Amino acid sequence: MSPLEDIVTEIIARHDRGSEPARGALLPILHDLQAELGYISEDTIRLLASALNLTRAEVHGVVSFYHDFRTEKHALPVIKLCRAEACKARGVEALVDGAEQAAAGRATIETVYCLGLCSVGPNAMVGDQLHARLDASKLEQMIGAAA
Amino acid sequence: MTAQSATVRISDDAVALALGADRLAAAFEQAGATVERVSSWGMHWFEPLVEIDGIGYGNATSADVAAILAGTAPDIGRISDHPFIARQQRLTFARAGKTRPLSLEDYQASGGWAGLSQARAIGPEATLEQVIASGLRGRGGAGFPTGIKWKTVANAPADRKYIVCNADEGDSGTFADRMVMEGDPYMLIEGMAIAAHAVGASKGYVYIRSEYPHAIAKMRAAAQACAHIIAPFEVEITVGAGAYVCGEETSLLNSLEGRRGEVRAKPPLPALKGLFGQPTVINNVLSLAAVPWILQHGGEAYAAYGMGRSRGTMPIQLAGNIKHGGLYETAFGVTLGELVNDIGGGTASGRPVRAVQVGGPLGAYIPVDQFHLPFDYEAFAAADALIGHAGVTVFDDSVDMARMARFALEFCAAESCGKCTPCRLGSVRGVEVMDEIIAGHDVTGNLALIEDLSETMKYGSLCALGGFTPYPVMSALTHFREDFVGEHAMEPAE
Repeated sequence: MSPLEDIVTEIIARHDRGSEPARGALLPILHDLQAELGYISEDTIRLLASALNLTRAEVHGVVSFYHDFRTEKHALPVIKLCRAEACKARGVEALVDGAEQAAAGRATIETVYCLGLCSVGPNAMVGDQLHARLDASKLEQMIGAAA
Repeated sequence: MTAQSATVRISDDAVALALGADRLAAAFEQAGATVERVSSWGMHWFEPLVEIDGIGYGNATSADVAAILAGTAPDIGRISDHPFIARQQRLTFARAGKTRPLSLEDYQASGGWAGLSQARAIGPEATLEQVIASGLRGRGGAGFPTGIKWKTVANAPADRKYIVCNADEGDSGTFADRMVMEGDPYMLIEGMAIAAHAVGASKGYVYIRSEYPHAIAKMRAAAQACAHIIAPFEVEITVGAGAYVCGEETSLLNSLEGRRGEVRAKPPLPALKGLFGQPTVINNVLSLAAVPWILQHGGEAYAAYGMGRSRGTMPIQLAGNIKHGGLYETAFGVTLGELVNDIGGGTASGRPVRAVQVGGPLGAYIPVDQFHLPFDYEAFAAADALIGHAGVTVFDDSVDMARMARFALEFCAAESCGKCTPCRLGSVRGVEVMDEIIAGHDVTGNLALIEDLSETMKYGSLCALGGFTPYPVMSALTHFREDFVGEHAMEPAE
């Protein structure tokens, strides 16, 4: 078995659900694979489909549906900046251009809709780290620390 | 009091963490204090909030540690006496700020598992009766009576039934589900166990959005720690993957089955054919979290709170540009004006309030002249608005409502599952038309188009995403027409 095959087999085994349909664990499996490999490749999709008795199209359909799953590695660290209503009400839009300039070539600013900190925005997340009450200088610091 | 003897309580809720609570806790430990990590009181404007012997110190930083321990720092008084807390009627959030979220000891000592014991003692049928008598309605937004839903599942013959907790709290302006999961995870699991007992389910899933890493970690730890208490019922924590539409119940079920999170046509109802085709109770976090209190104190005691057909309490979330933002649980019937002005203190920016969006991205924008509206499902519906998940997002007078209407459509386009045409195409077309309006091109003609499109989306979409996006769009247009016609207006508004 190839190293990739080993990883896929091990992660599928981790999510064995006994009598329930095996495909029910597809999202948890994809999360673990992405955590392990950084992204979901064509080869990974092929192996998953064959192991779970699904078509490649079905697995590809799931991977492409959800914003979280990516089919390419991130080249730069990702900063998820919330631009939903509550953060807009607290002025996030005025920070976006500056953040993008500060991040140029060092990090990727991604838009997310809501981190659940709606009383203390503008908010952002880097990995599992949350940041609240952002202003231009705090955002810049954050970008510097992430890059 | 010496520094060594002080027990310092600091929340480990995500709001506190995002504002440096971990660094602060480490600084207190370094100074010789014992630190207890507790749930959040919900006074978010004070976070990180430090509590010593009941006295609160707001917005504390590492630089304040010495002064706080010496008793010389300015305090906010006794936290439980603070008007923001003292005025609330906290049933679901009774433990907020008071217990360590993952401590089984704290949970038990504060009445935990009493509801489940009671349910087991009185049996499934009487448990159902208590939930029906409580008048509890689905807190996710639809407001369907929880007890009736459970009864349908209880009466459905099947070998296997499921309890699914919808913790895909994607609405901007809402965070009560997150606070329950991070602050009182056993209460939610107890609610699920009671539901399982009432309907005869053996397995439960909590579907949590991936943007909530702390809630996921707490729920996983809690499910493991209390497995022996809820057995033979089992709870599994699963994580979404960044799709807002999975907060819609049938889309969530597809996602739990490992499929694209596309909406299913109803009927069949999930209560009869839900997860893997089996009868399934699918409830929001706040609905399930209300259940332990109802069983412990009785359905009638819960129904004694509230107004009209909206019984009990609602954990309201004060968000956006508001001075005193946070979690405010109170009986139905409180008015929007009380919430925003008296309790919330108006805007954080100090400018006048212009609009309030209630119920998340699919909720209506409400102008100040409707602040007399009481928090009640029927009163809101009569005003073409929604309570939804009870998020209240405040905007000051710098907001451009035409842009907010455009954003509602842009959000719908980004999050549409693609299954039905009114939502998939209507949202994209809506953004294009709004761009024309904002640019001042044929405003009258394009406004007629937007109204027509809203009608089509409202009545032709399969689920609430396409069906309710017209609420923010049309309410913005109805109440803030000047932002749409603006200086570009070629003719007076009708």
